Amino acid sequence: MCGIVGLFLKNPALEPRLGALLADMLVVMTDRGPDSAGFAVYGQGDARHVKLTLRGPDLQGVADTLIRAIGGDAVLQGSHLVLSIETCEEAAARLWLASEHPEIVIIGVGHRMELYKEVGLPSAVAKRFNLAGMAGSHAIGHTRMATESAVTTAGAHPFSTGIDQCLVHNGSLSNHRSLRRMLEHHGFGFATDNDSEVAAGYLSWKLRQGYSLATALESCLDDLDGFFTFVVATESGFAVLRDPIACKPAVMAETADYVAFGTEYRALAGLPGIACARIFEPDPARVYSWERN
Amino acid sequence: MPILDLATTSRRDLNARLHGLGTGRDEGDWRVLNPAGQHALAVGIDAPVTVRIAGPVGYYCAGMNQQATVIIEGNAGVGVAENMMSGTVHVKGDASQAAGATAHGGLLIIDGNASARCGISMKGVAILVKGSIGPMSAFMAQSGSLVVLGDSGGALGDSIYEAHLYVRGQVGSLGADCCEKPLRDQHKQELRALLDAAGIDASVKVEHFKRYGSARTLYNFHIDNAGAY
Repeated sequence: MCGIVGLFLKNPALEPRLGALLADMLVVMTDRGPDSAGFAVYGQGDARHVKLTLRGPDLQGVADTLIRAIGGDAVLQGSHLVLSIETCEEAAARLWLASEHPEIVIIGVGHRMELYKEVGLPSAVAKRFNLAGMAGSHAIGHTRMATESAVTTAGAHPFSTGIDQCLVHNGSLSNHRSLRRMLEHHGFGFATDNDSEVAAGYLSWKLRQGYSLATALESCLDDLDGFFTFVVATESGFAVLRDPIACKPAVMAETADYVAFGTEYRALAGLPGIACARIFEPDPARVYSWERN
Repeated sequence: MPILDLATTSRRDLNARLHGLGTGRDEGDWRVLNPAGQHALAVGIDAPVTVRIAGPVGYYCAGMNQQATVIIEGNAGVGVAENMMSGTVHVKGDASQAAGATAHGGLLIIDGNASARCGISMKGVAILVKGSIGPMSAFMAQSGSLVVLGDSGGALGDSIYEAHLYVRGQVGSLGADCCEKPLRDQHKQELRALLDAAGIDASVKVEHFKRYGSARTLYNFHIDNAGAY
């Protein structure tokens, strides 16, 4: 099971409505994943600053201490806190958090990406983080019915293993243990036992080697074994890949204003102009990708 | 004509009312509004009724259909007309995966394209797709006919038994034990009858189709294949 939604806007006029549109899509996918939900939103940001999405106890207190030392801003959003600091301070902030506050988890880092996830019904998760109030250029979301690991916030999607990179996954991988060992040899660390986090790490590894998002996904077809429908986002990109037998459902809609992904059509039914959209099911083993200009 | 608006009526109410229809007399035309991609609409009907659904439907629409004509004025989700026994299901848009899966009888017409696994394990249904079909279609198809005016994706008819596959366009690849077969008179007649039933005019000629079916090499264990296990 699991439900995936994604929305990549081509028309900037829709950007203020991104979060509201995605929230509606996410809630429709509750039947497919009532355990937990999460989403990543690509909003405002610039290369000089980086946003760390944090989860853990006493976030405001920790952030205040850090900001007094290195500057920056903090916005508490439900059980998460988005800490904006200068990009050059990222390494120092990570080091300080790891040594002084190991209880704080960094779930995503990006110039534009903010990432939120929590156990509970998708409607409650969307409301807790005020998804409907968020603006941006693209976003992906996931509703989870756990199969491979526990129902915890850490096991919820999306997974982010690189700056402004995130992945949501419907399916299950059978060679994630060997991939994990290979990636650990290359210096990747993983926060969970989740197979989807390994897929995210694999893509980050490929992107780090200079692969484009599309070619990184193509290499998944050689190296990943199992069932997957992936929706992946980067600072400027949005991409979809299904395994060679298209085990998990997927449907997409494209108009002049947006590209949208849903595990089921129902998730797309409320989008503006859907009646005139080009609706299609992505082919198995074919990478679909879009880039912002 | 009964009109049910799914914005105000539940799917369960719709299906319960359709299940309450008699099997003997003509139950007329029903219209269903605002389906919004909901699953399991108009499933399990066993009555001579026409149900027009004004918009896209979700999974398993018109599944297990008997006698009824179900017309979907939009796209259909996974498993449309799954396990249909008789009657007609007409999708005016595209169909998702596994259209007509395991269906024993009746006629499934898809005006647009059908996605992967169209007619998987079909057992007697006639399926006619005016557009193209996706990969792995007619997998383990047992009997019945699949007519495709457009192209087929890869692995068509993998492990097929005795279904008749007619494709006018290109076939991405044939699955295991599926091969091209001669289009004999009996097949031309069958194909013409199916085209006529779907309202396709004489400009579509049966001679433009190729027939595919079982090479029958997987029916029995063959010692030469032992190394493959």
